[in-house]
Amino acid sequence: MMALSKQMLEQEPGDIELLLPWHAAGTLSARDARRVEEALARDPELAKQFAVIREEYAETISLNETLGAPSSRAMQKLFAAIDAEPARQPSFLGGLSSRFAGFFASLSPRTLAWSATLGAIALVLQAGVIGAVLVKNQPGTFQTASLSTGDHDPGVATPPRALVRFTPEAKVADITALLDTYQASIVDSAREGMFRLQFGSKPMSKDEVASLMQKLQGEKIVSLAVQAQ
Amino acid sequence: MQVLYGRHHVRVFRFGLRLVRDEQIAEDLISEVFLDVWRQAGKFEGRSAVSTWLLAITRFKALSALRKRKDAELNDEAANAIEDTSDDPEVAATKKDTSEALRKCLTALSAEHREIVDLVYYHEKSVEEVAEIVGIPENTVKTRLFYARKKLAELLKAAGVERGWP
Repeated sequence: MMALSKQMLEQEPGDIELLLPWHAAGTLSARDARRVEEALARDPELAKQFAVIREEYAETISLNETLGAPSSRAMQKLFAAIDAEPARQPSFLGGLSSRFAGFFASLSPRTLAWSATLGAIALVLQAGVIGAVLVKNQPGTFQTASLSTGDHDPGVATPPRALVRFTPEAKVADITALLDTYQASIVDSAREGMFRLQFGSKPMSKDEVASLMQKLQGEKIVSLAVQAQ
Repeated sequence: MQVLYGRHHVRVFRFGLRLVRDEQIAEDLISEVFLDVWRQAGKFEGRSAVSTWLLAITRFKALSALRKRKDAELNDEAANAIEDTSDDPEVAATKKDTSEALRKCLTALSAEHREIVDLVYYHEKSVEEVAEIVGIPENTVKTRLFYARKKLAELLKAAGVERGWP
């Protein structure tokens, strides 16, 4: 502990100290995460710095989430460029037989892209039909807590959303209870165990949202809650 | 390609935008990035995540775009961004608001520091993945983020926000 604190005073970062940002982001290996946890439990100065890092982590996510998304112009430009590309060489499809390779190579890039999309849509439709049959055969009815992941238009007043990470100990029952308490729905699941939640059905004032985030962050099963679009 | 684009284009755009600070250029960048992916799909060996590969290409293209702009213009822009945080009367009013100040200072970091902060915190890349994207050794990744955080603390201090570190 003394060694770590001394290193910090001299501004010479220690091995564990350097790993703190990755620990906050949850991207360390299990072994390194355990080493950091042990050091945090031993060293209050390190724990203080970790609290600062968690703040930076949350604000970086918040800042990036406000950047919006590209316009459709970028996609149009991309597919126009793909259309202008020469036809694929058979080697691109290396694993397939030359017969199939020849067939695909003869298609335009746009046709290939759309074929893939149509294939994906067919799979989704098939899954939908199977799902509908299964649901129809259920004795009771239920409603899922998830919503459409469609774009959240920042120009229109909409209910608040947040990126939330639950603690590893959180049980499904705990999460369901929390969703009920906050009248929240899961809109999307991001990577690394992050979920995008939407709260209620009406927009809130800035103060109400700040208070909501603070309350959410105080929940035992929530390790991170950041306002998002 | 549409599935790949639909899944990754927002994050690629945001990463590019934070580097080049120009929406028009960032939009052009993502078209170029995904076109490169289309052309080089056969070269992707699956040793790293697709998102890591995409971010590496985006970074390369963003740096090329930045090189096209004059250095002096960039320096002025960076200096203005930092001066703004201390001179703007509105900033004084928001000094108490650490979150607001933090976001302003995150924007005022150098491109080198912004990219490493974003890759680790927003794009949730491991040490190894950041090393692959930026093209530097893993130990340099760790120390670069440490010094980016120190710089952030200095900017915050200049804006009147003390957080107790360093």
